[in-house]
Amino acid sequence: MTIASENVVLNVADVHKTFGGLHALSDIDLQIEEGKTHAIIGPNGAGKSTLLNVVVGRLAPTRGAVVFDGQVLTGKQPHEINQIGVARVFQTPEIFPDLPVLQNVMAPAFAKRDGSFTLNFLSSLADEKEIREEAEHMLEDVGLIHQKDMNAGSLSRGDKRRMELAMCLMQHPKLLLLDEPTAGMSRHDTNTTIELLRKIKERGMTKVIIEHDMHVVFSLADKISVLAGGRIIAEGTPDEVRNNPKVQEAYLGGAH
Amino acid sequence: MNFQGIFSMSRKDVTTLVIFSIVVLAMPIWLQPFGAAYPDLMQRFAIFGILAIGFNILFGLTGYLSFGHAAFLGVGSYTAVWTFKLFSMNPIPALFFAVILSGLFALVIGYVSLRRSGIYFSILTLAFAQMSYNLAYSVLTPITMGETGLQLEASDPRIIDSMFVGEEAGLPVSNIFGLEMTGIPGFYFCAIFLLIGFFITQRIFASPFGMMLRGIKSNQTRMNYTGFNTRPYTLTAFVISGMYAGLAGGLMAVTDPLAGAERMQWTASGEIVLMTILGGVGTLLGPIIGAWLIKYFENIFSSFNENVLHNLFGFLPDGLEGFVVEITSMFVGEGWHLTLGLVFVLVVTFLPGGMMEGYRRITTLFTGGGGDGDKAKSEDTQTQPAE
Repeated sequence: MTIASENVVLNVADVHKTFGGLHALSDIDLQIEEGKTHAIIGPNGAGKSTLLNVVVGRLAPTRGAVVFDGQVLTGKQPHEINQIGVARVFQTPEIFPDLPVLQNVMAPAFAKRDGSFTLNFLSSLADEKEIREEAEHMLEDVGLIHQKDMNAGSLSRGDKRRMELAMCLMQHPKLLLLDEPTAGMSRHDTNTTIELLRKIKERGMTKVIIEHDMHVVFSLADKISVLAGGRIIAEGTPDEVRNNPKVQEAYLGGAH
Repeated sequence: MNFQGIFSMSRKDVTTLVIFSIVVLAMPIWLQPFGAAYPDLMQRFAIFGILAIGFNILFGLTGYLSFGHAAFLGVGSYTAVWTFKLFSMNPIPALFFAVILSGLFALVIGYVSLRRSGIYFSILTLAFAQMSYNLAYSVLTPITMGETGLQLEASDPRIIDSMFVGEEAGLPVSNIFGLEMTGIPGFYFCAIFLLIGFFITQRIFASPFGMMLRGIKSNQTRMNYTGFNTRPYTLTAFVISGMYAGLAGGLMAVTDPLAGAERMQWTASGEIVLMTILGGVGTLLGPIIGAWLIKYFENIFSSFNENVLHNLFGFLPDGLEGFVVEITSMFVGEGWHLTLGLVFVLVVTFLPGGMMEGYRRITTLFTGGGGDGDKAKSEDTQTQPAE
């Protein structure tokens, strides 16, 4: 291992995942450094989402292990992984469509403060001033404060994504996993989201981004891993990856 | 959302609680014109109201549809009657044990059933309830007296009572230091528990816990990835609603000290579901209104017979009268379930949010929004579309 290993916060070691005869992931070794933004790119079907699902415990790897902050994530329940400090933004927003926007953003703060289960059925939500104020600040940051009493289900797709990001940020996670955070967004919305993600970078949060949009990747990532056919074919800084002939062949197709 | 707290309750909740208390306590007065102001029916209004709000904590908030809630009702009744037989005719210990035991029972059934969700959860609860029914009906006859039902006997020990009161002639009646739990006092005894139950439900609805339960209904995946372990939340909701059902079953035994296995049958479980859906799933008042409507119609329609109908349609020409009576008689008396079925189909088709949605639509129609008026009137206005 390299010298950087001291700062490695997420270590994906020798992970394999097969679905029947299909090798979705093979020999995945990935070290993600603290405070850095690490992008994972690759053509459709390369195994990017599978990799993310292995990290958050949605899928169990066929072989290998995922270690975060000294703790083995493999085999843990999604809520345990979250409690360790890993938050995730999904490709299609996973939100509480029947709850008001404000409560969507407040709920994660309760999980952070009170743990995975508390019997607080005689206290009042109205008394939780601290959490409510924090949630309102967060909604101001992502530009959704005027929609706070709306049901989250009636937000636009772009707003849902921003709200989901706000939900994750309420927990101040050590590691934030973003699965195509700008997919389906307009250019303007994409740029707002990039700005937002830059702001988080200043707070020193480690981020793993899966993204198709090269504009997003090259404006945010410190390091890029290129996935193709379930293997990592290249790794490096944006410039190194951009100039790697293997990557151009496999993914960029020489178009860029 | 209103966050202005009075004793950490929002002003809206306090208003609702006050109005609801007045409506419940004044039942013997305002039910008179409806011909429903007799104690027996009002006791049932209170008891089934408790059952419905408890069920709503599970179904309305978490979305888990239990089809076996009558089992807890039965456990509550049997426990209460046994407490009468063994210890005392005072209803307080009877209700205490009824709530505790049905809660424990719910803990066991919930622990197993909540491993599945959706239709599989419903089927599991239904299976457990039918098992309980069959156990009560046959295998556990020494405890439940099977077919005849569990009743008080003159030879019961009643350890505590016998220390203070001497032998009395005839069967005793449940009483609090001499005040017998029948008639109007019996109704007010049940009504107080309905109000306590309603208050606790309000607190749950307004608590972070209530928000978590709604989150589970809305998106369980997000709950898990947000760091919540959803199983203990759903299990707590299940146990709380089982305890409400146990309390209702206990009160049934307080007002009429006998318990039969048919109380646990699947039709009884189905009735609870109907009440909640008819009134409005997930709303505070809806399930209670649903329970009142069903119990009211059950009483009114099932008491109709052909003579009443002949009087009612007497103004029609003879041939037509016979025909009309022939048709309508299918919907009354024994056939009142047909009426209930029709009402249910109409409500679910046209008002999927139940009576409470109808109420909201009417208030927005008249006030152009901001409908937050007298909840007491909602019941009267809502019966009209149903009829």
